[in-house]
Amino acid sequence: MNNAFGVPQSMVVLGGTSEIASTIVRRLAQEGCRTVVLAGRDAIALATAAAATIEAGATLAPTVTFDARAAGGAAACVDECFASAGPDVDLVLMAVGQLGEQMADEGDPDRTAEMVTVNFTWPATALTAAAARLRRQGHGRVLVLSSVAGVRVRRSNYTYGSAKAGLDAFALGLAESLRDSGVVVQVIRPGFVTTKMTKGRDPAPFATGPDDVASAVVAALGGGRLVVWVPSTVRWVFLALVHLPRVLWRRVPG
Amino acid sequence: MKATAPGVSGGDIVGLRPEPALETNNHRSEEPTPAEARLLRGWGRTAPTTAHVVAPRGPDEVAALLGVFDARGQGAGPDGHTGRGGVIPRGLGRSYGDAAQCAGGTVVSTEHLDRIGAIGSGGSVVVGAGVDLHRLICEVLPSGWFIPVSPGTRQVTVGGAIAADVHGKNHHRDGSFCQHVTSVTLATPTGVHLVGPHDDPTLFWATAGGLGLTGIVTEAIVQLLAVDTSWMVVDTERFDDLDGVMARMDQSDMSYRYSVAWLDCAARTSRRGRAVLTRGDHAPRAALPRGTEPVRLPRRPVLRVPVPAPRGLLNATTIAWFNELWFRRSPRNQSGELSTIESYFYPLDFIADWNLLYGPLGFVQYQFVVGDAEALRATVDTIGASGVPSFLAVLKRFGAGNPGPLSFPMEGWTLALDFPIGPPGLPGLLRRLDDVVMEAGGRVYLAKDSRLSPDALHAMYPRLDELDSARRRVDPEGVLRSDLSRRLQFAGGVR
Repeated sequence: MNNAFGVPQSMVVLGGTSEIASTIVRRLAQEGCRTVVLAGRDAIALATAAAATIEAGATLAPTVTFDARAAGGAAACVDECFASAGPDVDLVLMAVGQLGEQMADEGDPDRTAEMVTVNFTWPATALTAAAARLRRQGHGRVLVLSSVAGVRVRRSNYTYGSAKAGLDAFALGLAESLRDSGVVVQVIRPGFVTTKMTKGRDPAPFATGPDDVASAVVAALGGGRLVVWVPSTVRWVFLALVHLPRVLWRRVPG
Repeated sequence: MKATAPGVSGGDIVGLRPEPALETNNHRSEEPTPAEARLLRGWGRTAPTTAHVVAPRGPDEVAALLGVFDARGQGAGPDGHTGRGGVIPRGLGRSYGDAAQCAGGTVVSTEHLDRIGAIGSGGSVVVGAGVDLHRLICEVLPSGWFIPVSPGTRQVTVGGAIAADVHGKNHHRDGSFCQHVTSVTLATPTGVHLVGPHDDPTLFWATAGGLGLTGIVTEAIVQLLAVDTSWMVVDTERFDDLDGVMARMDQSDMSYRYSVAWLDCAARTSRRGRAVLTRGDHAPRAALPRGTEPVRLPRRPVLRVPVPAPRGLLNATTIAWFNELWFRRSPRNQSGELSTIESYFYPLDFIADWNLLYGPLGFVQYQFVVGDAEALRATVDTIGASGVPSFLAVLKRFGAGNPGPLSFPMEGWTLALDFPIGPPGLPGLLRRLDDVVMEAGGRVYLAKDSRLSPDALHAMYPRLDELDSARRRVDPEGVLRSDLSRRLQFAGGVR
């Protein structure tokens, strides 16, 4: 059960080898989360993440493998995660995503389909399955890792950005549909986060690290805000950026 | 899942329907208690969950309902999904945390268990579990009786008062509520039991403070206190430090029936621990000025907070102002003041829904008891040094505890504090306080808890196995469960 500060006792992480997810898990394990189900593609990387989770204070860290390129498997993956978690799942963290290589990918229709599946279709399918279970359980929280890349899509990563925009909008709708069900949905919108996923790219202004995202998430659990911007200032920056004329938007660095 | 309204005979009490909806219009008439999926919160408003709420019309229906669950094993849903569900009773929802919630399961509202019997010549009365203390007071006061123990609000039910084994300002003299209960009708999954301190005392004391986890109290016999008037004679004293007020309470609490101190934990170091001590007794008729009516009944709340206050209304600054005002408006030393029952016992009851003042995020109340004064000083210093604002700390010296394994009071000092949710340092502060309390052999009050860890619970309440063996006897399947027992992993919530 979640406590008064929204700290869970059991959680399911979809995209369990993501660096941001791992950092959030470590923080929550330190705060008292005891069961963490880690689901991801790479069994070896999952085993490493599970060991780190136990190290951080969790007592159980089962792993589940899936391939986000096949959206048809999303519901079964969620079922397996819930079965491994025990009677209650207090928190579902959706951290599945792939940044891709815009320039290399954009001429390839199959790569576009794959990017949309991994970043939107699989997550939306899995969220639907998880939401149904949480609703029946009568409580729980869903955290969706979105991105400012979806707030205003840009040339340099528009496939990723548009899929994130879709997921972000889906999550906001899901949150509305779960009002008064005891299930809370929160959308996390980080700016540029320096991780292995963004390795080799020049950090954009207002860049943060996984620790900043994790701290913002832990603080937000008690607060229940629908959208959590990290850092909080990017909210105001993007309020302006979405209205910026295209001529200028093209010149914004990052 | 069936779409018809589930009821006692309906067969799908557990298992939430896809849409929480009112279906009371089309339920069949032979189904006496339609269930309704509702989002339930504690008084602190922190971790709401959804459950099916049923309101049985009488004790027999409660027993029948629990019997259904046992036959079906763990209250399994129609899809055969076991290990979910569970049942817990709920009165007026005044426990601060998740004690009267049961996510995905069934919550039994005691609202229709509202019978009050005739008062016996010795002052004992049969009361339904759903009767609130306000109504009970209004019913018995005109014939010269008062409730034996008054918690800080009249808006709690008799069932809730037993489930939390509530205490009042007279604990040092009279003990807690269950010490004035001579018999309890307890509906359990294996049948109805009539228990009391001399009749199956093990089950009775497990039920006292047992948070509804041993069964659902449908009726109780309560021993009332004889009073001459509805007035209180109150002495008030102000102290500039903690040592002063504690010494005074130690020295002369026993000469008053009621005693409690308000404590400023947030003030700057020089004023930390300043206190206002109020002590009193029921006024004899002779103490009333001519023309004063001897019995004046308390009234229902006159003000209501309509919506949650904006975030941060109660912050470090406004709380400091409030504390300053509270301290200054109290007389330095005043004795023999006549006070009404409302203003002496229930100062917050004149505003309904005052919890909404804490804003949309809600608040936590932290109440603990420690045996020795040194540990109490350590907690006050820890709170003051943390800089986390706290509101209205209430200090009380407890007398000896009772045999209930989950009953909160024990000989020593208890302090209750309200903290609005928000300050980042709050979770850490409360964990540090847990450590001080555990180290001192003390415990926190579960009816107010919403954030303790299972490990801390098991350290603070070492007799949980006694509760559990009594519970297993009447609820072998672990049907009785609450969000609290699941969070803290005890009784039906397993560990």
